Amino acid sequence: MSTAETSTPAPRAPRLGSVRWISRYGTLVAFLALIAFNVFVTPNFLSWQTLSLNLTQVAAIVIVATGMTLVIATGGIDLSVGSLMAIAGALAPMIFLGSILPMPSPALGVALALVAPVVAAAALGWFNGMLITRYRIQPIVATLVLFIAGRGIAQVLTNGNLQVFRNEAFQFIALGRIFGIPTQVAIMALVVGLAAFVIRRTGLGRQIIAVGGNEQAARLAGIPSVRVKRLVYVISGALAGVAGLIVVARNSASDANLVGLGMELDAIAAVAVGGTLLTGGRANVLGTLLGALVIQLVRYTLLANGVPDAAALVVKAALIIAAVYIQQQAERA
Amino acid sequence: MTDLASRLAALGPLAPRSNIDLARLGVVAALILLIVFGALRYDNFLSSYNALSFLRYNSMFALIALGMALVIMTGGIDLSVGGTAALASVVAALFSPYHWAAGLLGGLAAGLAVGVLNGAVITRLRIQPFIGTLAAMLAAYGTALLLAGNQSVSVSYDSGFTEIGQGDFLGFPVPAWIALAAYVAGWVALERHPVGRRVLAIGDGEVTAALMGLKVERTLMGVYAASGLLAGLAGVILASQFGAGQPTEGVGWELFAIASVVVGGTLLTGGVGSIGATLAGALLLAMVFNILNFENGLGWISLSAYWQSVIRGLFLLAVIILQAKIAESRPR
Amino acid sequence: MLLSMRGIDKSFSGVGVLSAASLEVAQGEAMALVGQNGAGKSTMIKILTGAYSRDAGEIDFRGEPVDFRSTAESQAAGIATIYQEINLAPNRSVAENISLGREPRKFGLLDRATMRADARAVLRRFNLELDVERPLGEFGAATRQLVAIARGVSQNARLVIMDEPTSSLDEREVAVLFDTIRTLKRDGVATIFISHRLGELYAICDRVTIMRDGRTVAVSAMQDISRIELVRAMLGRELTAFTARAHGEARVHEPLVEAKNLAAGLRVRNVSLTIGKGEIAGLAGLLGSGRTETARLIYAADRCDAGSVSVEGRAVAYAEPADAIRDGMGFVSEDRKVEGIVPEMSVRENMTLAILPRLQRSGVVDKQQQGQIVDRYVRALGIKCASAEQPIRELSGGNQQKVLLARWLCMNPRLLIVDEPTRGIDVGAKAEILKLLRSLADDGLGVLMISSELEELIAAADNVTVLSDGCSVALLRAGEITEERLMTAMAHQQEAAA
Repeated sequence: MSTAETSTPAPRAPRLGSVRWISRYGTLVAFLALIAFNVFVTPNFLSWQTLSLNLTQVAAIVIVATGMTLVIATGGIDLSVGSLMAIAGALAPMIFLGSILPMPSPALGVALALVAPVVAAAALGWFNGMLITRYRIQPIVATLVLFIAGRGIAQVLTNGNLQVFRNEAFQFIALGRIFGIPTQVAIMALVVGLAAFVIRRTGLGRQIIAVGGNEQAARLAGIPSVRVKRLVYVISGALAGVAGLIVVARNSASDANLVGLGMELDAIAAVAVGGTLLTGGRANVLGTLLGALVIQLVRYTLLANGVPDAAALVVKAALIIAAVYIQQQAERA
Repeated sequence: MTDLASRLAALGPLAPRSNIDLARLGVVAALILLIVFGALRYDNFLSSYNALSFLRYNSMFALIALGMALVIMTGGIDLSVGGTAALASVVAALFSPYHWAAGLLGGLAAGLAVGVLNGAVITRLRIQPFIGTLAAMLAAYGTALLLAGNQSVSVSYDSGFTEIGQGDFLGFPVPAWIALAAYVAGWVALERHPVGRRVLAIGDGEVTAALMGLKVERTLMGVYAASGLLAGLAGVILASQFGAGQPTEGVGWELFAIASVVVGGTLLTGGVGSIGATLAGALLLAMVFNILNFENGLGWISLSAYWQSVIRGLFLLAVIILQAKIAESRPR
Repeated sequence: MLLSMRGIDKSFSGVGVLSAASLEVAQGEAMALVGQNGAGKSTMIKILTGAYSRDAGEIDFRGEPVDFRSTAESQAAGIATIYQEINLAPNRSVAENISLGREPRKFGLLDRATMRADARAVLRRFNLELDVERPLGEFGAATRQLVAIARGVSQNARLVIMDEPTSSLDEREVAVLFDTIRTLKRDGVATIFISHRLGELYAICDRVTIMRDGRTVAVSAMQDISRIELVRAMLGRELTAFTARAHGEARVHEPLVEAKNLAAGLRVRNVSLTIGKGEIAGLAGLLGSGRTETARLIYAADRCDAGSVSVEGRAVAYAEPADAIRDGMGFVSEDRKVEGIVPEMSVRENMTLAILPRLQRSGVVDKQQQGQIVDRYVRALGIKCASAEQPIRELSGGNQQKVLLARWLCMNPRLLIVDEPTRGIDVGAKAEILKLLRSLADDGLGVLMISSELEELIAAADNVTVLSDGCSVALLRAGEITEERLMTAMAHQQEAAA
C-alpha cells in the first residue's frame, strides 16, 4: 500500500537553491579561488614549471580516479586499484628487461611491456567484476581480495626487489613530451576526455548511470546490468595498470612494496571531492579531475607557503567531509 | 483450532540451523589444523619462543580487528584504525618520559578522540562511514606527522613504558594479556550485556532498530569510540614494542583488519558476528606468515615471505565465496 | 471505546489525503479497515501511531486525548503495529527480538535465562512452542508475524494493528494467525486488521470500517454487510445501467500473447489469459489477487514455477526482460519510483533507455535522432517539462508516467503491459492516457491493462480477465463488461481458512 501520490506542480522552474549551487559549482569555485590565491601569494606560481609539476603529480591519481568514477557510478567501489598498479608496475620492467622471456628485439620488449601489464590488470578487474556479479559479493569485500593478494603477487613476481632501469623508449610514457606536453599529462587528458565522452555520448555511459541510478528500473528497461558492472571493473583495472606503468616509468624504478600504495583511498577522495556521491547513479568525470586538482593544489599551496605536508593531510580530510556534506545537503534540499 | 501437526508445519523453522555457525566453526577448525600441521612439521613451532613472539607481535592486529568487528556488526566500517594507531603511537611516545601511565593514557585518549570524531561525523553529519572514517584516517596521519615532526619519536626507556610492549607477566607477553582482556571485555559486552544485542540489532537494520525504540545514535557513537580506543591501545603497544612512535606505520591495517573480521564469519552487511571467531580469523591470517617462515627454514622450498599476502588473499576469497554460497542457499 | 479518531484531516503539500476521516475500535474487538489504494488507510494508521502529524481532528485512546509524536510514544502507550515487512531483527533470536530494548538484567548483565523464559511464556499465551534461541530469520513469514505480535503483547499492547498480515501467508499459516487474533480478543486486546482478502474479514473481524477518497464512508458489523455491498462501498459506485462502452461490435482479435496456467509462489496459482492484436485486454482483481505478479511473469521480470507463455503461437521462455523487449514487449510498472524512473537522469535519457541499442552508431548515441524522438513524444503526449534535459524526478507524476509510456512507444512495441497506468495522475491526464492507449490499440498494438478502477476498465478494455486469489476466475468479453459483473467476479473468493 502506498499513500496517495503528492503531485507536484507541473514543470518546476529549475531554480537553484544556494546549497545546490554550491554543490554544483563549489569544486570549480574552490579550484579557481586556489589559483587566484596562488597567483597573488605564491612566488613564481604562473610558470610552465609549476603547471607541469602539479599536473605530473596528479596524473596517475586522475587516471585511476577516472576508472573509480565509473565504478562508483554503478554503485560499486574498487579497493584493488593500488595493488593492480603494483602488479602492472612489476611486470613491465620484467618484460623489457627480458627476465620473463628473452626479448628478440628491444622494440618488441617495450611494446609488450606497455600492453601486457595493462591486459593483466584488466583481467584482474574482470575477476573483481565476476565475484561481484556471479556471487553477489559486496564490491568492498570482493575487491579487498585483490587489494591484499594483488600486492603479494607483485612482490612475489619481483621477490620484493627494487627493479632499477633506464629505458628511454618505455619511460617515454612518463618522462617524454608530446608537443611539449608531458606524455603522462597527455595520457591523463586522453583518459579523462574519453571517459567523459563515454559517459555523455555513448549508450554504455547511459547504461552505467542507469544501473547505478536504479538497477531494478534498468533491468526492466532491458539493460544488461551484469555485463555493464563487469565492464566497469575491467576498465578500472586497465586504468590502474596504465597508472602503474606511468609511476614506475617516472621513478625509473619499480618497487612492488610502494607502487600505488594508498592509491585506492586517494582516488576515492578525488571522486568524492569531485562531486560524485558514493551512492551511485552519477558520474562526473570532469568533476573528478577537478577534485584531484583541488586536492593537489591545496597541498601545493600549503607547501609553497611553508605549511608542512602533514597539515595538508588534515586539510584534505576536512575538504572531503565538507564536499560530501554539501552534496548530501543539496540532495535533501 | 488447527491440529498440532499442521501448526508445527506452518510455524517450524524453514531451514536447518544456520550454516553461519558452521562457517565460524570452520575458521576455528582451520586455525587448529594449521597449528597441528605446524607442530608436526616443524621442530620449534610450538616452542615457547615462537609462540610468545607470535602472540606479542600479533596482539596489536588482534586489537584492531576487535574494534573493526564491533563496527562492522552495526553495518558500518572504520577505515581510520591504521592512522589512529599511528597517531596514538606518536602521542604515547611523546608522553612516555613522564610516566608509563602517561604514555598509555595519552595514546588511549588520542584513539578515543578519533573514534568520537568518527561517531559524530557519522551520526550528526550523516556522512557514510566509509567516507567519514577515510577522512579521519587522513587527519590522523596528518596530525601524527605534525606532532612527530615527520620522523619517528623515540620513547623513553626509563619510565617503564617499554614494558607494555616488551614485558612479560606471569610468563606471557603483556600485549597478549592486554589483547586477551580486551577480547574478554568485548565478548562480555557483545554476548552478555544488553548493549551487544542492540549493536547487532542495529546491524540488522537501522530503521527497524529505531522503530523498536533502540537508541541508535548513542550506540553507534559508542561503537566507533570503542574502535578508536582499541586502535589507540594498539598504537601504544606499537610504540612500546618498537621503541618509537611511528607516524607512518599502520598503512593498510584497516583493510587487513576487515579481512580478519570477514574471515571470522562476520558479515559486512552487519547484524551477524562473533568475537571469538574474529580472534580466530586474525590469528589464522597471522599464522600463515609464521608457517611460511618455518617452511623456508626447512630449506626444501624457498617461498618468499611475500607469499603471505597471496595466501591471505586466497583465504579471504575462499571465505567470501563460501559465505556467498550459504547466502544463496538460504530461503528468502 | 478503546480508540476513537474523529474528524481527521491531512494533506501533503496542498493535496488532501484525509478529510474528516474517523475510526473507532472497541476493547477486544477485531476491526477490519478496508479501502482502495489511496483511500487513506495507511495515512490514517500512520497518524494514529505518530509517524505522521495530523492537520485537524481528535484522537482518544483508552479514554484520554492523545497526540503521539513518534512511533516510540504510541508503542509506549500500548499500540503495536505489525507491518507487512516485519520490523524485527532477522539475525537475532526469537527471544532477543521479543525483549530488545527492555532486556532483563542480572548484576547489570543480560539475564539470558529469564529472557528465554519470558519469551516462552508470552508465546505460550498464543499456544506457540518455538525454539526461542534460533534466529528469527530462519522462520517463515507467519511465525515472524506472530513473534512481532508477541513482542507487542509483552509490552502490554492494548491495540495491535496488522497491515496486510496475510498477503505472504499460505492457508495454514493464516489459520494460525487467526487463532492468535482470537486469543488477543479473549484477552481484551483490540485488533485493526487491514486486508484485501474479503473472505478473511468475514472469518475473523467483528466490524468493518470502509474508507474511500480520504473519508470514512461506512461502518458496519461484519454479518450485516454482504460481500457485494462491501466491494461497492469500497469502490464507491451506485450500480448504473451503464454497461459496455459503445465501441461498436465485438471484433475478433487474432491472439498475440497467450499465457496458460501460470503459477509462481503464493501470489499466482493458476492464471490463463489471452491478449489479442489491436486489443486492450483488461486485468482486474482486488489488491493481492496476483495481477501485477502475473504481468511480471509474462514480461520475464520474475520466474514462473509452472505454465507457459506463447507469442503468436510460438512458445517463448525469456530469461530476462531484455529478451521480452527484443520480442517487442514493453512494461510500465505500477511503482514508478522503484521500477520505472531513473530519478537523476534527464527526461531525454529516461525516455530512450530501452531503445539505446537502436540509437547507437558504433556505440555513440545518435543525439540528433534521439532528440527527434524525444521531441516527437514530448509533443505528442503533451509532456510538460522545462526542457528534455530536466531530471525526471522534478516532473509531476502524470508527466513521469507519460515519459515512461513514451519509453516503450518509441520502440514500436507489439505488446504493452501497463500496470495501473493512471495511478496518482490528475483527471485530465488520465483521460489522455486512456485515449492514447485506445488509439495505439486501433493501430494494432496489443495492450494488457491492469487497473483497480472499474470505470477505467469499462471505458477502455475490449475484454477483462478477472483474478481472485491468484486464479483467473472470469473472462468478460465486450458487452459483458459491467460493474455488477466485475464486482461479482472480484468478490468471488475461496473461503478463507478459518
